[in-house]
Amino acid sequence: MTEQLAHTPSIAPARGPRQLIFETGSLESRCVEVPALDVPSASMEEMLGGRVRQTALALPHVTEVEIARHYAHLASMNFGVDTGMYPLGSCTMKYNPRLNEDAVRLDGFAGMHPSQPVSTSQGALALMAGLADALAEVSGLPAVTLQPAAGAHGELTAIMVFRAFHTANGDPRTRVIIPDAAHGTNPATVSMCGYEVTTIASDASGGVDMDALRAALDTDVAALMLTNPNTLGLFDPNITEITSAVHAVGALAYCDGANLNAIMGKARPGDMGFDAMHINLHKTFSTPHGGGGPGAGPVCVTEALAAYLPGPVPVRDGDVFALEWPEHSIGRVRGSHGNFGVMVRAYAYILALGGAGLREASEQAVLSANYLKSRLRDAYDVPYDRPCMHEFVLSGARQRRDFGVRTLDIAKRLLDHGVHPPTIYFPLIVDEAIMIEPTETESLADLDRFAEAMLSVAAEAAATPDLLHGAPYTTPVRRLDEVRAVKQPDLRWRPRT
Amino acid sequence: MRFIPVSCEDRESMLRAVGCPNVESLFDSIPDSVRLHGGLDLPDGLSEMEVDARMRGLAGANVAATSLVSFAGAGCYDHYIPAVVDHILRKPEFFTAYTPYQPEVSQGTLQSIYEFQTMVCELTGMDVANASMYDGATAFVEAGLMAARVTRRHRVVVSAAVHPEWRQVLATYAAAGVLEVVTVPTAAGVTDASALTAVLDDSVAALMLASPTFYGTLEDLASMCAAARAVGALAIVAIAPALSAVLEPPSVHGADIVVAEGQPLGNPMSFGGPGIGLFAARDMHLRQMPGRIVGRTVDADGTPAFVLTMQTREQHIRREKATSNICSNHALNALAASVYLSATGVAGLEGVGRACVAKAHYLRERLLATGRFEAPWDTPFAHEFALVSKIHATKLQGSLLGAGYLAGVRAADISGFEPSDLPDIDRTDDLLVFAVTEKRTRAEMDAFVQEVASL
Repeated sequence: MTEQLAHTPSIAPARGPRQLIFETGSLESRCVEVPALDVPSASMEEMLGGRVRQTALALPHVTEVEIARHYAHLASMNFGVDTGMYPLGSCTMKYNPRLNEDAVRLDGFAGMHPSQPVSTSQGALALMAGLADALAEVSGLPAVTLQPAAGAHGELTAIMVFRAFHTANGDPRTRVIIPDAAHGTNPATVSMCGYEVTTIASDASGGVDMDALRAALDTDVAALMLTNPNTLGLFDPNITEITSAVHAVGALAYCDGANLNAIMGKARPGDMGFDAMHINLHKTFSTPHGGGGPGAGPVCVTEALAAYLPGPVPVRDGDVFALEWPEHSIGRVRGSHGNFGVMVRAYAYILALGGAGLREASEQAVLSANYLKSRLRDAYDVPYDRPCMHEFVLSGARQRRDFGVRTLDIAKRLLDHGVHPPTIYFPLIVDEAIMIEPTETESLADLDRFAEAMLSVAAEAAATPDLLHGAPYTTPVRRLDEVRAVKQPDLRWRPRT
Repeated sequence: MRFIPVSCEDRESMLRAVGCPNVESLFDSIPDSVRLHGGLDLPDGLSEMEVDARMRGLAGANVAATSLVSFAGAGCYDHYIPAVVDHILRKPEFFTAYTPYQPEVSQGTLQSIYEFQTMVCELTGMDVANASMYDGATAFVEAGLMAARVTRRHRVVVSAAVHPEWRQVLATYAAAGVLEVVTVPTAAGVTDASALTAVLDDSVAALMLASPTFYGTLEDLASMCAAARAVGALAIVAIAPALSAVLEPPSVHGADIVVAEGQPLGNPMSFGGPGIGLFAARDMHLRQMPGRIVGRTVDADGTPAFVLTMQTREQHIRREKATSNICSNHALNALAASVYLSATGVAGLEGVGRACVAKAHYLRERLLATGRFEAPWDTPFAHEFALVSKIHATKLQGSLLGAGYLAGVRAADISGFEPSDLPDIDRTDDLLVFAVTEKRTRAEMDAFVQEVASL
């Protein structure tokens, strides 16, 4: 087995774990200090009315060089888009353009206080208005809030808007329909809005089961939440029938925009009959994921729902920009104006690509996904085998049945081949799911490298299944004991007393 | 296209492999009736140089607070950010990474979050912290929702001294039908204790406070937390994290959940976002906490390593029964906070806290001495204070802006603010809230005071 391991490239320099930053440096180490106080001052005790901290405080004590070394080491244990292809399905891990990183750091953006007078914020408001206009055009839904901080937050905002709309019509309703292929955030969002979830099954071709939908629809239904293209990477061919059926009972149709990268410039959710959608700026519009955030989840809605959006929204009055509250606004879903820094990056991306460039990005994303599927279709099961959009779902069911190798083992072994694994075990309706989204920013050579790794692992699964059970071998750390993490929670370092 | 590294020739060979004549045919599953035949009505793409110029133009159309002498605070603060912070944030292994779902190749993100959680516990004095939330306001609301789960009650009592926008977010979430919110007015800029007594009973899930308050004043947390505890409600306290080295943490007084806007820790103001929500609680409530949590465990070789844990609380497993719909955090902002706190250490953070408090007290005294303001109350405060302008406050701010100053934030300009929040103040329209950070020098403050005096 040692020989088999030896040829596999390492995903990162195999650096061992790093001690905690709390265990680095000496007690007298200092990095930055505050200048000497230049004003006369009473005692802290007096100024704070006796509330001065008595409780011990333990923070790192390090010099700048120790900080640099610590985080350089941590960085070397991380995989990012710059490291290599990151084919996580439904996550759209495309390249993050560097100009956008510079733009967001301009003093005229980074140094803005959210409560500055609008006369001093015209550039920021113009940017927000321009971004909102572009998102309205891409989505086909004319009214936009940029406030939500993430996709899940956008979903929540949209369902709150729906709820306010129904309530204003004297028809509050009680249920929201969600297909079983949906992201887990959808049902969690529904609960936070005080609605009940009605789950409906997908049909044999992976789309919404029209009979199940019609059976579930009645005048208690507030909304349908649908991802289209769906989490199988398939565009639902019945989309207009679906939204018509929803509207026929007075309910509203919500589009989870996770998969917008498939259809920019090709089709618009607004034209499909959706009443609202959220857009993940960190997926479709190339803003970096940051190891989990920040992202941004703007929500686009129809004219009929515009008055219910959270406020304030940037508006244009001739050459001047202002902030206004929609007439029946649900209120606010977070402080300030939203994740402005993320908006700056997304707007720069849209300016760079333009309308035709966005369309080209979607076309290439779809072609690249279909290409990978064609290369992998013999080695893995393809449960829903029709042309896919920007992502597709394989199943490791064959490998599990024939060789006792699970999808988790396949994913871990891919790490030894130097590629980041796809999303696994999602969507839930596919057994041993492997969900692959290459995005448009991978070259043919990188797509082939990933395909070769997937094919090699499939071959290894048949020949040496135990090799996969023990993988990975070459990563900074090996497979983790997740049960221990739960059973013996160690969620913080504690200073020695 | 500079972001699509696929040549025409490659594209042709990919199409051949797929068995499709052209790219268009891959979109055949989209019904013709919803196809966008004309393309998007957006301008043509620009070169990098042109985009750069456009972005600089937009940035230049702003007058950034950092280019003025700013006394604006109200939840977003102009603290010094050590140079090392941004150099760490610019490492692509951090900023181009996804949520650490594959821990074997995400130890950098995971360890930095574990260290961040530790720092949040230290600042707040609490047992456990999560990997962060979107911002202070949403962390505050999530704390209210968590208290409802813990107590199985659905009414929360919030102090009118809490940031008006935060209360507005709370009201928005509550209107979706999951919480009932009761607001307690202020007296002398802090929660009115007698009004509080009148609304606290055993139907209340949480008492929700901030100290420092929106007005910079300091609550009597000991009696407030005791009042909550007496009716079986949780005490939720929002803090100012940059002052954590000088102010006693709420845990001392029995707070159950402590939240904060973490922007002051190494994050630029950035027009108010992205910030970062800090969220910390007691061990006993761990399983009701929202958000991502990182734990330390071991790998197959017994080597210590880090992993996302306690995930049975979360939406991808629990779906509609999850503790929250949140499925991310603000990891990069958390990284900024961790690097910031590493750079300051205890001594540096103490220095920041002392400087802010001392300078705020200095400025308040000097501003009052000009005779242009009245003090609305004499309550102890930290690095932010409220004054009532004798001149029309908007006019005063306008004149001072012309001279290069952001003269605080007018309370009435903050959405969600109601005059009834301050029943003992007559002219709330002219109430200004000034914040002073360690960046303000005595020379700047003296010049500002002189400018005020000359009005």
